[in-house]
Amino acid sequence: MDRHTKDKAMKGVLWGFALLTIAVLTIIIGFIVIKGAPAISWEFLTENPLRSGREGGIFPAIVGTIYLAGLAVLVATPIGVGGALYLTEFTKEGRVTKLIRFGADTLNGVPSIIFGLFGFSFLVYYLGFGVSILSGGLTLAFMILPTIFRTSEEAIRAVPRWDKEGSYALGATKLQTIWKVVIPQSISGIVTGIILGLGRAAGETAPIIFTAAILNPIMPDSIMQPTMALSAHLYTLTSEGISMENAFGTALVLIVMILVFNFAVSFIRRRKAIRR
Amino acid sequence: MVRMEIKDLNLWYGNFHALKDINMNIYKNKVTAFIGPSGCGKSTLIRCLNRMNDLIDTVRITGEVTLGGKNIYDKDIDVVKLRKDVGMVFQKPNPFPMSIHDNIAYGPRLHGIKDKRKLDEVVESNLKGAALWDEVKDILGQNAMSISGGQQQRLCIARCLAVGPEVILFDEPCSALDPISTGKIEDLITQLKRDYTIVIVTHNMQQAARISDFTGYFYLGSLMEFNKTKKIFTNPDNPQTEKYITGKFG
Repeated sequence: MDRHTKDKAMKGVLWGFALLTIAVLTIIIGFIVIKGAPAISWEFLTENPLRSGREGGIFPAIVGTIYLAGLAVLVATPIGVGGALYLTEFTKEGRVTKLIRFGADTLNGVPSIIFGLFGFSFLVYYLGFGVSILSGGLTLAFMILPTIFRTSEEAIRAVPRWDKEGSYALGATKLQTIWKVVIPQSISGIVTGIILGLGRAAGETAPIIFTAAILNPIMPDSIMQPTMALSAHLYTLTSEGISMENAFGTALVLIVMILVFNFAVSFIRRRKAIRR
Repeated sequence: MVRMEIKDLNLWYGNFHALKDINMNIYKNKVTAFIGPSGCGKSTLIRCLNRMNDLIDTVRITGEVTLGGKNIYDKDIDVVKLRKDVGMVFQKPNPFPMSIHDNIAYGPRLHGIKDKRKLDEVVESNLKGAALWDEVKDILGQNAMSISGGQQQRLCIARCLAVGPEVILFDEPCSALDPISTGKIEDLITQLKRDYTIVIVTHNMQQAARISDFTGYFYLGSLMEFNKTKKIFTNPDNPQTEKYITGKFG
């Protein structure tokens, strides 16, 4: 083989790998859609499950997932964004900032089942929150905190120095500069982090099975009560062999929810790209 | 009349001694130019005059800079007020990514002006003051990033004027601009000195010669020579200054 043929061959192989990446996504989503679509109906989306989910719908699980992911984001956002602001705007780069960043990255690498175990022993038992939306939401919040923190930090760090200097040079205080220059210019990155966290919180099973999820179709009326959730419901339907059809239906609903979040992210990113 | 006085000023970035025993005066309603080869400390010095170097963690400063007789490095100085009195225009035009109107109104709003009509007045008068009004009066709502580089720089000047400074610092304001835009900025600076005291850092010797009344030549962190511009450019005392301004060195 001469050099040019080698070049072409390599390009072909790499192209194949690239194609494979997108193929994996397409196949998984296609599979879920094909297997899950028959289960989807208005009743499925709006009614309570019957006979452990063999029949009926998944409405309480949809609501529960929204509660859990929503609470997680509500808790993790102020902490993550606040921490990121502190790291970028209020302190010198040094040993402490490195430690905080290392901590966040390590937290990001902790397996979700560990969060589940911690939430179970610390929140459910030690603090006595019980198996509840509060316990599950907080556990998920711990899990997505590093995502929000690191994405926000990157977004805030990307605000050009000269824009901040321009503001200071006009006599702005730090708070004014953060509020009027730094936040507006990094908001799309921050929101991206929040939505990514939301998607992850909605999808994870391990953190909530010990801390929040139950099988009974009860609509919770306070955050101290347990709830159904899509991911946990899907897990039970499959592992107990209750109904594969409904499991795929649940999977489809969950994946559509997360895809919607991801599209929202790319939409925000694109708008930002046009603006600058 | 002396407006600002620099006394025995030394500055270090970490261990690097960037400014060495600088002593000079900034005269009221005059244009003072800082010239010298890259790395000579002229931009560092101009950033001492409104304490912009406070933003850099590793900077350490000794000596004094006075404004109206008061040391701006004293503990009881309000940096916010100082930066209102000593405005700054940067090397790269840096309008905020917001409308032209809001760019000008940014400073006045910071300092508490909320009345819409008053803000409109401030925007108009300062855009006129920066010779930009005629070009942008119909597009005040447009994003400031959409106008040309030269217009952006005049917008930054207008933005600076809007907070009512007495001294304006220009840190190589034309280095990113074409010759026509540069000419407009130079004309503007010449007009502004009637009402303001001006300090300008420039890489362009002709520019210093054209618009300044006083010139300081810096080399490796030291002020080599400071005098009337005419004197510096016709008959400098220091042979090294002559080498630099005639282009034999630098």
